Amino acid sequence: MSYIIADNLAKTYGNGHAAVKAVAGISFNINEGEFVGIMGESGAGKSTLLGMMGAMNAPTSGRLIVDEIDVYSLNQEKRADFRREFLGFIFQSFHLVPYLTVIENVMLPLAVVRAGKKKKWAMAEEALDQVGLLDKARRLPNQISGGEKERVAVARSIVNEPPVLLADEPTGNLDTKTTGEIMKLLRRLNDEGMTIIMVTHSSDCAGYAQRLLKVSDGKLVGDN
Amino acid sequence: MNLKVITFRNLMRRKGKAAFVLAGLVIGVSTVVGIISFVEAMTNDINHKLEKYGANILIVPKTESLTLTYGGLSLGGVSFEMDEIREAELARVSSIKNARNIAALGPLVLGVVTFDTRKVLMAGVDFEASEILKPWWNIRGSLPDQNGVILGAEAARVLNLDYGGRVRIKDNDFIVSGVLQPTGSQDDQLVFARLGTVQSILDKSGRVSMAEVAALCKDCPIDEMVRQISEAIPGAKVMAIQQVVKGRMETLEQFKKFSYGISGVILLIGSLVVLVTMMGSVRERTDEIGIFRAIGFRKKHIMKIVFMEAAIVSGLAGIIGYFLGLGASTIAIKFFSENHSGYIPMTPELAFGALIIALTLGLASSAYPAFMASRLDPTEALRAL
Repeated sequence: MSYIIADNLAKTYGNGHAAVKAVAGISFNINEGEFVGIMGESGAGKSTLLGMMGAMNAPTSGRLIVDEIDVYSLNQEKRADFRREFLGFIFQSFHLVPYLTVIENVMLPLAVVRAGKKKKWAMAEEALDQVGLLDKARRLPNQISGGEKERVAVARSIVNEPPVLLADEPTGNLDTKTTGEIMKLLRRLNDEGMTIIMVTHSSDCAGYAQRLLKVSDGKLVGDN
Repeated sequence: MNLKVITFRNLMRRKGKAAFVLAGLVIGVSTVVGIISFVEAMTNDINHKLEKYGANILIVPKTESLTLTYGGLSLGGVSFEMDEIREAELARVSSIKNARNIAALGPLVLGVVTFDTRKVLMAGVDFEASEILKPWWNIRGSLPDQNGVILGAEAARVLNLDYGGRVRIKDNDFIVSGVLQPTGSQDDQLVFARLGTVQSILDKSGRVSMAEVAALCKDCPIDEMVRQISEAIPGAKVMAIQQVVKGRMETLEQFKKFSYGISGVILLIGSLVVLVTMMGSVRERTDEIGIFRAIGFRKKHIMKIVFMEAAIVSGLAGIIGYFLGLGASTIAIKFFSENHSGYIPMTPELAFGALIIALTLGLASSAYPAFMASRLDPTEALRAL
């Protein structure tokens, strides 16, 4: 059985004549350890689909099954727990918390986890070490470069060792060299067994994925 | 890393906003503390002054006849033949429920005696109690012993006597040990001697004409004390000198109500400041809260962050507000109280109360912003990215 099952996921915003169908019944399966890219033009429904995959945006119809859990049958608080335990997020604009240091940003998902201070620090240091930023642990986000911020975002998304990583245009704001570094990093995480689902515009980035889902007008138009 | 770190770091980053919330709460709390301690100090001050007014309850025998005197004029040949109260009955006053509020009980026996050819009113009093009951008395000379009298200023003038002089009353010789300075009251017309002495002269042993009570009324309802004394001495008529006590207490009560009203309004404004500032803070942090929710913070975690921020600022406001209010009332009392030293003691109850008010206000005003923050949809934040 597949690890992630998207079963006829659909999302409509608004009602009546003003209704906009962002995602119109998409189905696909993803196996554990896959690196899947989602491509499509602007407004195709990629981000809505990623939101639904991320247990944040309840579909109008359809089901999302992850590790045999029917995600949207859970209440909001249980879904928050699900996100914390199963998912790591990398956002397009890094979205680091400006008043927390690099290591504190990385530790953020652990803030509501029952664990000792030392253990949390060790986990954060390990995540920072993986992205090569251990030496900048005490800096604030405004004291590091854009590429480094993205790497901090990656470290934050993997600190609690989630089985699935969701990335929304992770290199959208980065130069080519830094983009390459981030993509290699994601590839390495995938090689270590992490399932990655990445929304991207870039065919270069999409080249790092093992499988590519193409979305257009809210529909799945390709699965290579 | 835990929620406390996030809370503390955010407070440190948004010092201006935290200071604004702090100021709103400090103003509210310090106003309440200031007013409460000021009213308390004024109450003590008024009570202190009330004690100087002397007796505020009169105990007189019950009588069916109406008084025929008005404004010092006696009409219709009023005599001093009246009912009396037994001293043994009067002793029951010390056992009433509010006995601790009695500062002094002064029995008084009255009777008419003849000086040469003149009739004068003689009063037997307890001079120890009189020090509290008649603090305005200023005696030229000294208090009398068993064989002495003091004269009211007018009595001394009419009888042409001064201290050191001698008088003969009912075959007994008495030394005039002192003369009262003019008081402007009926005391100026009287001749005073010790209670036992006058009772013996008037043949009224164990009986008194009336009694005066000085009640300390900070914590006692004067009407309640009157009722208690009436029950203790059924044969007596007990009257409060209402205009003195009630008037001042009512003024103080009105001042209290007005002050508490003002405090309420200021607290309301303070809580609105907190509410508006916290709402603004939540709006500013929409993305941040969205990220928190996206990475798995529950609603209660978001609420906890907002409430912890409010609690830290409110607690600080409670402490600062208490000392500021105390300082303000200490300064104010110097202007409003003639004899007060200006010192207002620190009371743990008020300090605790200030902290509770600040925390209640801060947390209550933050409840809606916290609720709104916790309801933020992570999708909205994600869409904004």
